[in-house]
Amino acid sequence: MLSRRNFLKYSLAGAAGLSLTKAVGAKTEEKKPVEVGKGGVRWAFLVDTYKCVGCGLCVKACKNENEVPYDENVTRTWVERYVVTKDGEVVADSPKGARDGFTTPKIDMGHGHEPRIIKPEEISKAFFVPKLCNQCENPPCVQVCPVGATYQTKEGIVLVDRTWCIGCGYCIMACPYGVRFFHPKYHTAEKCTFCIHRLHAGLKPACVEACPFGARRIGNLLDPSDPITRIVQDERVSVLKEEYGTKPQVYYIGLSKEVK
Amino acid sequence: MVHGEAWTIKELFTYPNEYIYWSVQIVMYPFMTGLVAGAFVLSSLYHVFGIKELKDIARFALVFSFALLFAAPMPIVLHLQHPFRGINVFMTPHFTSAIAAFGIVFFTYGAIVASELWFLYRKHFVIKAQALREMRDRTFFEQLQYLLYCSLTLGANDISEEALHRDEKAIRILAGVGIPVACFLHGYAGFIFGSVKANALWMTPLMPVIFIMSAVVSGIALCMLTYIVVMEFRKLMIKRASKPWQMSLEEVKGVEMHVIKMTSKYLVLFLVLAITLELLDLIFRGYTAVKSWDVLRSVIYERDFYDIFIMQYGLGNLVPLILFLVPGLTTRRTLIGVLLVLFGVFMMRWNVVIGGQAFSLTFAGYMHYVLPIIPHDWETTKEGLVGAVGILVLPFVLFYFIAKVFPVFGEARQEH
Amino acid sequence: MKNHVWRPLIVVIGIVILILAARVVYVPKDFGSYERGYMYSWHEKNNEDFWKNFKIKYKGKAYCKDCHEDKVTMIDKTPHRIIMCENCHGPAGDAEGVVHYDDKRPKLVIDRSRELCYRCHVKLPYPTSGRSEIKGFLDPEQHNPGIECVSCHNPHSPKLGGA
Repeated sequence: MLSRRNFLKYSLAGAAGLSLTKAVGAKTEEKKPVEVGKGGVRWAFLVDTYKCVGCGLCVKACKNENEVPYDENVTRTWVERYVVTKDGEVVADSPKGARDGFTTPKIDMGHGHEPRIIKPEEISKAFFVPKLCNQCENPPCVQVCPVGATYQTKEGIVLVDRTWCIGCGYCIMACPYGVRFFHPKYHTAEKCTFCIHRLHAGLKPACVEACPFGARRIGNLLDPSDPITRIVQDERVSVLKEEYGTKPQVYYIGLSKEVK
Repeated sequence: MVHGEAWTIKELFTYPNEYIYWSVQIVMYPFMTGLVAGAFVLSSLYHVFGIKELKDIARFALVFSFALLFAAPMPIVLHLQHPFRGINVFMTPHFTSAIAAFGIVFFTYGAIVASELWFLYRKHFVIKAQALREMRDRTFFEQLQYLLYCSLTLGANDISEEALHRDEKAIRILAGVGIPVACFLHGYAGFIFGSVKANALWMTPLMPVIFIMSAVVSGIALCMLTYIVVMEFRKLMIKRASKPWQMSLEEVKGVEMHVIKMTSKYLVLFLVLAITLELLDLIFRGYTAVKSWDVLRSVIYERDFYDIFIMQYGLGNLVPLILFLVPGLTTRRTLIGVLLVLFGVFMMRWNVVIGGQAFSLTFAGYMHYVLPIIPHDWETTKEGLVGAVGILVLPFVLFYFIAKVFPVFGEARQEH
Repeated sequence: MKNHVWRPLIVVIGIVILILAARVVYVPKDFGSYERGYMYSWHEKNNEDFWKNFKIKYKGKAYCKDCHEDKVTMIDKTPHRIIMCENCHGPAGDAEGVVHYDDKRPKLVIDRSRELCYRCHVKLPYPTSGRSEIKGFLDPEQHNPGIECVSCHNPHSPKLGGA
């Protein structure tokens, strides 16, 4: 099972890497990278919640890669655990954003509550959901920035200008997914960049690279032959909180109604 | 420590990055702009609609509005992580953001209030400047005063009947234009919250209107409060040493009570409007009961019940309403009433700003805000009790200095 | 000017002109609306380069293989082949852009803790999740507590006694 999955993963990675590295050679920004098909890049993420085991290696890698202070209680990406009981009760947590993975059946209930342990025989379903910036097609966080310190690139990635952000926090308030926070060192709004620096070097984001199980993948939606594009088009995928009209570009396989 | 972590207690299931990012200064901000707008509307009631009863308080309200105007952006400055970059709002405004409008609206409004004040006090400036000019040997301080008044006249020294008549006309027009701008200034503060679709409590088109109504309520209440305090002070002065040009004690008392009674009627009117809208919003949410209602209900009726129904609606709205409506209004009762009204409006801002962050975006967890009372670093100073009280005191300090240049009572009365 | 009524307006216009003049000096030349228009890409173009030039820390398995082919070949024969080397050995690059290569800097900090193994090998019987398919302990503290897992299990060949 694992080896087949792995084979698939590596072959996909190889194909993506090849097309990326080819384009990186060109120096001017206009020509790079991966100008495939009818041209252009629109990065999108695909998360397979069946594959996620809650090891949190993605969170660890992200914090290191993106210089988000390791011990501070904020993170660009995180993993949530959902345990649904046979009575239909939903218990969820994400201690420290799952930076250290899920290593106990104790479910963190926050301040003032004892951790919950749900007996295996009482569990009807339980699973992990990785979260990160949805790089929305209609990013409300960008819309509300009063000074133009956050913006979307032509590849669809929303970035923050650390030299221009005034730190009003309006973008943090406007994001329905809670992906933004203030960087403890720079005191400006901070968020996932899909590791744009790695993408431009022909690499995959740190979290994708760190995930042993292939639960996280990235692809170019404007390339019809991209495996991620194919899955998004041909298979049953869903997105988070569609009702806000943000058009999120992180697609999920195996999302459940219990997911917040 | 991450911004917000110092005062946020997270309960049940919340996202890892969620904290109370908008703290007490963001409560102060709409509270202060509300006072600005309210005070201006009150002064305009006299200048535009010629409500004579408000004459005495109108001039005072306008000067106070000007003092508040300088204090209103201060909470935001204290809230910003990079206060010195605040200028970026004027430099590269992004008008799809409600906050970006702040620069334009605030500036426009400030220009209107300042101009109106100029027309109102031009004669005073000219007289002052002329008196100082005629002085033979001016001290350094008098020289400074002379320069100040000269520049304040903007070189318009004509105080003939005809010129003064033009001043009055200009005041009327500015006060008229100022009302919609004041409403816009505060309505847009409501829009900042009402347009955040990610926040289930904030997102309602009623928000700007609710904010305007409560702004007018708080503005009137503050003007009444300050008016009462100033009048008490004057009475005290009269008792001690009566100056010939001042009114007698009985006269002052009569005028004071008359003004208070008239103003309180408008206060009650706007208070009823504000409560009606707020209740409409609450009922509508309960009736439509969309996805977020479960968590909102638990916040409104359980966790924040005390803050919302006892402190805001009970102590801040119902009690003053009774105090004002029971016949035989006295100064003392009014004083208690306006203090409670001000408190009620503050609680309303609190329950909107902090209440809107009391529940998680997951709708399955809660966040509790602990106001930092004893500061232990810069952040808990500026975004704690110390910062909030500082902001509350600031307009009064400013008013003290501004009133030196724009005398509210006494002198100005003599000239007119 | 004959009518003094317009004087405040002149002052206001003067201030506006001052602000507009300040803008010219203060705002970077490349600040503007780009591909996604005023709503979504009103920004300083230059800032995109800041993010594109951010330092890469995790170089990936292929990079490690250049020097450590023996180890990579070894682990590739085991289920642990799916784990990127740097997940346990630490990232090869650092914030200064120094990459672990011939001068061995930055020194890699290898995580040998039990907690690292727990990430996958604490058994969580979660139906519909991949976690329940991984071998592990319901209560790992019962299994040789206090001893690092790696003292018996070679992570490059995790079967007990593996080479």
